[in-house]
Amino acid sequence: MHIVVCVKQVPNTTQVRINPETNTLIRDGVESIMNPFDENALEMALQLKEKHPGTKVTVVTMGPPQAADILKEAVGRGADAVVLLSDRAFAGSDTWATSYALSTAIGKLEKPDLVLFGKQAIDGDTAQVGPGVAVWLGMPCITYARAIEIADGEATVERLYEDGYEKLAVSLPCALTVLKEANVPRMASLRGKMAAKKLVIEPMTAEMSGADPAKLGLNASPTRVVKIFSPPPKTGGVKWQGEEPEVMAQRLVDLLRERKLV
Amino acid sequence: MAELNYGLSELALEIRSMVREFAEARVKPVRAELDEKGIFPTEILRELGKMDLMGLYIPVEYGGTFEGDSMPNLIAVEELSRVCIGVSVSFAANGLGADPILIGASDEQKKKYLPPLASGEKWAAYALTEPNAGSDAGAIRTTAVKKGDKYILNGTKQWITNGGEADIYTVFAVTDKNRGARGVSAFIVEKGTPGFRFGKKEDKMGIRASATRELIFEDCEVPAENLIGREGTGFIWAMKTFDVSRPGIAAQGVGLAQGALDEAVAYAKVREQFGRPIIANQGLSWLLADMATKVESARALTYAVVQSIDRGVKDYSKFSAMCKVYASDVAMQVTTDAVQVLGGYGFMREYPVEKMMRDAKILQIYEGTNQIQRDIIGLALNKEYAAAAKK
Repeated sequence: MHIVVCVKQVPNTTQVRINPETNTLIRDGVESIMNPFDENALEMALQLKEKHPGTKVTVVTMGPPQAADILKEAVGRGADAVVLLSDRAFAGSDTWATSYALSTAIGKLEKPDLVLFGKQAIDGDTAQVGPGVAVWLGMPCITYARAIEIADGEATVERLYEDGYEKLAVSLPCALTVLKEANVPRMASLRGKMAAKKLVIEPMTAEMSGADPAKLGLNASPTRVVKIFSPPPKTGGVKWQGEEPEVMAQRLVDLLRERKLV
Repeated sequence: MAELNYGLSELALEIRSMVREFAEARVKPVRAELDEKGIFPTEILRELGKMDLMGLYIPVEYGGTFEGDSMPNLIAVEELSRVCIGVSVSFAANGLGADPILIGASDEQKKKYLPPLASGEKWAAYALTEPNAGSDAGAIRTTAVKKGDKYILNGTKQWITNGGEADIYTVFAVTDKNRGARGVSAFIVEKGTPGFRFGKKEDKMGIRASATRELIFEDCEVPAENLIGREGTGFIWAMKTFDVSRPGIAAQGVGLAQGALDEAVAYAKVREQFGRPIIANQGLSWLLADMATKVESARALTYAVVQSIDRGVKDYSKFSAMCKVYASDVAMQVTTDAVQVLGGYGFMREYPVEKMMRDAKILQIYEGTNQIQRDIIGLALNKEYAAAAKK
């Protein structure tokens, strides 16, 4: 079985702030990490590899040269092969152009049985690239997967909702977007880390991927970001404390009545 | 954070960052529960195995990653200890159980028993102590009688770390009771051998995540090929094991004391009394300064001993004893002071330092009490100065 996992390097959003002048993310000095949901997708692939000997896991990312760091992290955890899709031609791609570019790179690989994605990236939060790639590749896609079993060329997938889950059977090849509920991602092994250190990653360019240049980059991206802003903090409000609870409760009821809310 | 340069190898530094991250992510969130309920850290050890961290002390030819540098394993123990020594002793006891094999076993025995320990697939334990043979280890009563191509073991071992959990036990038994310590032999006994069962599991003051259990041998038949070295050499393997394992206890002390110092300083910076953080009081900042100085001194001595052993220094029993006694005493002092810094909160189970203080006590007791360590140092001084006087 061949499993492809698509991963994205993202800023650690717990540290990110927004520049109030320009309304853009301040990325300086912010650590870059593998998108946390993608870690769950990778872990799902590695667990399938352990269950189904002979399985190969290839990890693909599109990004600047330093995105090689997360591919090395993936090798440290047990990925067999990596692809770094990197070219100025990809710059500014939105989810439409990105999913097209990724699909062309995957098209250059041994035909996958399963293509896994994280549920969404924590920087853009669109959750569109996984299903987008599946469309370009002509594969069925199951989103919000928390578990998978594979037998006889068919996958049984649990798709999680807020109030329950459904069990779906799907023929391979297929694509999944994976939730954090799926597993606890492993940490890299010592031997994996040593192998990753020696790894030289040659990027795959737009030309090598065979992608149509007219479908790449900012100009080919229908999405326009009009404005980014931090929601204004809630203001106003009153705080009562230090009095008898009955007194404060009565005051609250009076206030609600006055505003005709009760 | 500022730190001294101990000339650690790239591998040792890599292990430090790996184990530090692992301990924070996997051990810290569960340590209080493991402690309270006395749960053995099975999942944690399994994961350490998958990360290739169970074979740091086992040579490459036997499936491990050891190539002459003992610091990576020592630092793995230290970093786990910074978060929980109940977990770190369960990890380190594998090395203790394997040491007699590494030191005294044949190549064939090493090939059979070391690779599954290196991969973490199997775990080891060291079985010397008995109800009436603690500090006086030569007084053990478990017997091994040769019968054809087997030895028949009878007796009871007490307080065996990883007892019941480990798969491979190095067991010390008397093969010639007329020869005292020279009549002791070491055997490799596998879990599941008929006549070998587990007795009482101890309920302890500290290191409660670790398994401490009785081993009972009743006409237990062990293949003669499982004898380590020759008959009568067991006590030598036992003592040589302690010479290399005691710095591991010191590393536990350094890690535990560091963990307690971390908690104490962090608390002293945020806890405000009389309108200012308590670290602004000289009485407390000097206490913290002394704690930090002791931790670094213990680390420096421990690292120096291990690095000297790696560099081929002979006669290191004295130094092994020194780092064990010093670092464990430091751990006891620093954890006690950490509870003091946290005051009432330090005494509560909600905060980690009370566990650290309970855990610290065992470091002054096991692997040779600190009185035994001082005996070793004193005897060595007596001998060395007598030799110097003759020259």
